Amino acid sequence: MEQALARLREMDLQRGVIYFGFLGIFLFFAVTLHDDGFLTSRNLTNIVLQTAPATIMAIGLVFALSAGEIDLSFGSIVAVSALSAAVAMQSHPMVVGVLAGLGAGIAIGAFNGVLVAYLRLPSFLVTLATMGLFAGIARSMTDLRSIPVINDTFTGIFGSGKLFSVPSLVLWTAVAVLIGHLIYRNTRFGAHVLAVGDNAQAAQVSGIKVPRIRLCVLTLCGATAGLAGLLYAGRLQAAKYTLGESDLMTVIAAVIVGGTALNGGKGSIIGALLGSLLMGMLNNGLILMGLKVSDQMIVRGLIILVAVAVSLRDTNR
Amino acid sequence: MTAASPVLSLANIRKVFGGVIAVQDFSLDLYAGEIVALVGDNGAGKSTLVKVISGVHRPTSGDIRMDGETVALVDASSARSQGIEVVYQDLALAHEQTVYMNMFLGRELTRKPFGLLDKERMRRESQMLVDELDVRIPSANSRIRDLSGGQRQGIAIARATHWASKLILLDEPTAALGVAETAKVEELVASLRVRNLAILLISHSLDQVFRLSDRICVLRCGEQIGIRKTADTNRNEIVSMITGVHA
Ligand SMILES: Nc1ncnc2c1ncn2[C@@H]1O[C@H](COP(=O)(O)OP(=O)(O)OP(=O)(O)O)[C@@H](O)[C@H]1O
Ligand SMILES: [Mg+2]
Repeated sequence: MEQALARLREMDLQRGVIYFGFLGIFLFFAVTLHDDGFLTSRNLTNIVLQTAPATIMAIGLVFALSAGEIDLSFGSIVAVSALSAAVAMQSHPMVVGVLAGLGAGIAIGAFNGVLVAYLRLPSFLVTLATMGLFAGIARSMTDLRSIPVINDTFTGIFGSGKLFSVPSLVLWTAVAVLIGHLIYRNTRFGAHVLAVGDNAQAAQVSGIKVPRIRLCVLTLCGATAGLAGLLYAGRLQAAKYTLGESDLMTVIAAVIVGGTALNGGKGSIIGALLGSLLMGMLNNGLILMGLKVSDQMIVRGLIILVAVAVSLRDTNR
Repeated sequence: MTAASPVLSLANIRKVFGGVIAVQDFSLDLYAGEIVALVGDNGAGKSTLVKVISGVHRPTSGDIRMDGETVALVDASSARSQGIEVVYQDLALAHEQTVYMNMFLGRELTRKPFGLLDKERMRRESQMLVDELDVRIPSANSRIRDLSGGQRQGIAIARATHWASKLILLDEPTAALGVAETAKVEELVASLRVRNLAILLISHSLDQVFRLSDRICVLRCGEQIGIRKTADTNRNEIVSMITGVHA
């Protein structure tokens, strides 16, 4: 009984509007877009496949925000990672490509992290600058050219493949969410991340190595963006500097709508997953409705604004 | 009591910040089961001493011994591993986290084989401790932000009690509290005496100091003016020691 109550209270943190918002929008599209095939398993699977990279980046961002930091550069990291992997695989085996892609993400994340953790520069400014820096580097890497990825094993594992008839992108999402959730809620690292974002001074006098936590969360953001870059390259069978460009708003919105506080100390990985799926449904639904691209952007922007406003009220309650 | 050797022995402690002498030539022995009050006006050097003892500052010169052995308290964790815990006015709790996570902040319990958090055990032990100390909170699952100031300070003291094996430093533990909450925290501090810990209490309230302490040590502008047994002194004497004005 006591235990069940405790569980319930733990849930309380993650509850928020996300479950209602998710259900509401799902039902709305299910009814209004029924004849346009919104509810077909093919379309629903598609939503999950399309949101896989964003969901994985959202996991990294939950850690960063929970520790009181932010990463704005992950979109640029996606492009650099995807391009690194694609270029490496032109002349090397797949493993080298994977290591190049992930390595680029981790290295850039660690670069952000060192500046934030040890030089105490605000992560908002550092990652704003590196966002521009690496967007430029992505453009110059291949002179704006798109690089094809023809390695079948790679495109299978990171794109269109299946394992026991489950699409690999669904598997990547599920595994990342499960591991992320476990680390966030059930390890000392997760507890320390939350403590640092909640009250860094308290964390420090309690013996938590605050700079190391800051370095870790930003490196993790880089790593998740690196993985997202591989997933884009795998699914599209090509890498280009534009990859990840439009993910900044989507991922931040997904995380905030999912109940993660902007100022640290509080968050939810499951919430971020639902937030990301919500953004995916929104994209999908607006396309099925037949809106022009410009109208899609306007409507999406407005819905995100409302959703974020509502969930921030809920989170800061 | 004084026959035993002191838990903590400070000899000729001096701490200089740039050109400012925050503490000079301070010596004090603390014994188990005793509450010593450290009083003095603003800027007298009380918090500086607490920070020296808790490893936040290194003394410029002087000797710190625990159970007779010279120790180097190089940082907060080395002081903690010596059994020293500090209760700060309001800085050491993470407000969005639960009581039990705060109780084990930085020292979370884990379970074999994967090293995952043992939340059940942390919950249980926290609940036992707050019950034992009679800190009344809804439950160990409550979040700190949902507690009153008195309850929060109760948690901070309970945490210190749980981890301290030698010494608890209380730096103005009731400065932010109302009358009833102050009384509750004072009761809690008094109850710690039987746990055979040494307690150093900093307070601006002389009433509180006289209610709780066994001895009173006075600082003025970094200088140690004197130590009195609480039973052998009175407010007037302490006030004139603090201010330097003879009544
Ligand atoms: N980190 C520091 N750097 C420079 N000077 C400091 C530092 N910490 C304290 N001091 C100085 O040392 C002196 C003693 O300060 P301290 O905080 O120990 O006083 P206090 O007795 O705790 O006062 P209060 O009752 O106001 O808390 C003051 O003159 C203060 O300005
Ligand atoms: Mg002070």
